[in-house]
Amino acid sequence: MLGQIAYALPFLAQGFALTLWVSLLVVVLSLIAGVILGVGLVYGPTPVRWAVRIFSDTIRGIPILVLIFFVYYGLPAVGIHLQSFWAAVLALTLFKTAQVVEYLRGAVASIPKGQSEAAMAIGLTFRQRLAYVIFPQAFRRFLPPWINGVTDAVKGSALVSLLGITDLMQAINQVIGRTYEAMPLYILGALIYFAVNYALSYASRRLERRFAFIRD
Amino acid sequence: MASSNKPPVLLDIAEVSKSFGAVNVLRSVSLTVDKGEVVTIIGPSGSGKTTLLRCVNFLESYDSGSIRIDGKEVGFRPGPARDSGARQRRSERDLASMRAETGMVFQGFNLFPHLTAAGNIMLGLTKVRGKSSAEARSIAEHWLGRVGLGHKADSLPAELSGGQQQRVGIARAVAMEPKILLLDEITSALDPELVGEVLAVVRSLAEDGMTMVMVTHEMAFARDASSRIVFMADGGVSAVGPPKEVLAAETTNERLRAFLARFRASHF
Repeated sequence: MLGQIAYALPFLAQGFALTLWVSLLVVVLSLIAGVILGVGLVYGPTPVRWAVRIFSDTIRGIPILVLIFFVYYGLPAVGIHLQSFWAAVLALTLFKTAQVVEYLRGAVASIPKGQSEAAMAIGLTFRQRLAYVIFPQAFRRFLPPWINGVTDAVKGSALVSLLGITDLMQAINQVIGRTYEAMPLYILGALIYFAVNYALSYASRRLERRFAFIRD
Repeated sequence: MASSNKPPVLLDIAEVSKSFGAVNVLRSVSLTVDKGEVVTIIGPSGSGKTTLLRCVNFLESYDSGSIRIDGKEVGFRPGPARDSGARQRRSERDLASMRAETGMVFQGFNLFPHLTAAGNIMLGLTKVRGKSSAEARSIAEHWLGRVGLGHKADSLPAELSGGQQQRVGIARAVAMEPKILLLDEITSALDPELVGEVLAVVRSLAEDGMTMVMVTHEMAFARDASSRIVFMADGGVSAVGPPKEVLAAETTNERLRAFLARFRASHF
């Protein structure tokens, strides 16, 4: 049994690498898109605010699995054909972006109005106020839910296996298909996901302590 | 000639009106402040004093009238002639550089909690005034020394008492070398025993010739430290003059008399 699993390890490692690659892409892309849209939601003109609100509420109201199938099987109907890998990344990124928008909105809204006013009063421009006063403070509030979201993204990336992409989950299933060793392989898979997410949570707690400059 | 010795007008508020919906918070307020003057605004809550102060550095916009500092209109510029010169809001960049010329100290301190005392002061010096961080640091230390907090430069706001925080707030404002300093009820959020240390700083700035407009409920301080006192009621200037005149018990201004009577009853 162990011999069979050991034989499959390089294959599993490839799947794991793909899981990390998908997660990383989704986390980075959704962070960029979510922060831009989130700033639009908080500070943008009314039409922008409405557009972001509709986007965020719609996406968050759809199960992630539906979103993945919609992007892969649905979009070709309107002439958009994506490779399964990119369809999965797009769907997961859309889902995550909507969450990042909400984390950002919540974090910025939690900063008292007096902070902006004090920053204005010393002559900082809008961008300077965001960069030096609002974001450094909002970051602290943004971090915990965001890291939670990152661990969700790692776990959620297992759904890409449903499009036939050989991530860690799919690799495990394939090895089980050959060896029928379901229990040890699922345990191994669970341990790997757990290890990644535990490392992330640990890093998060370290970061939170590092940025704990306000007594609540 | 006597007129040539008169200090120039620094702040010129002319017929400023503002309403929040149906409420007229400011009704054609006019007031001038000379360079080096300390003008205190008193009045019942809801009389528009804080709103007026916030219009001076354009934290609030106003509907009509004009506010000029050193001859330059604060929040607006004349529009193009084809719009018959209707005023236009200044650009973000323009507003920021005008606001840098006025310092403001807030009731709630509003220090930046993620920056040290020195960091709070240095932010405007480096980002707005373009000073090097070494230069900004030495200016910050100078002003922290002036407000008696030279030893607290590297403390975070959360590590300071209310009175200390407010003194940092004052140092942050004056370090920018503003033309005028606006003080908005700066002792109202402080425990009584901490009020004195903050007022002492304000007094020393006044002695240095800093032009100040302050809203306060500290009548004794207003009487001693002000060149003039403005009494506001219902969004308008109801009385203005030297402290002795405005605070005189025998004033004929009914609203002012009622305000002072209520004030004396509750504070002495």
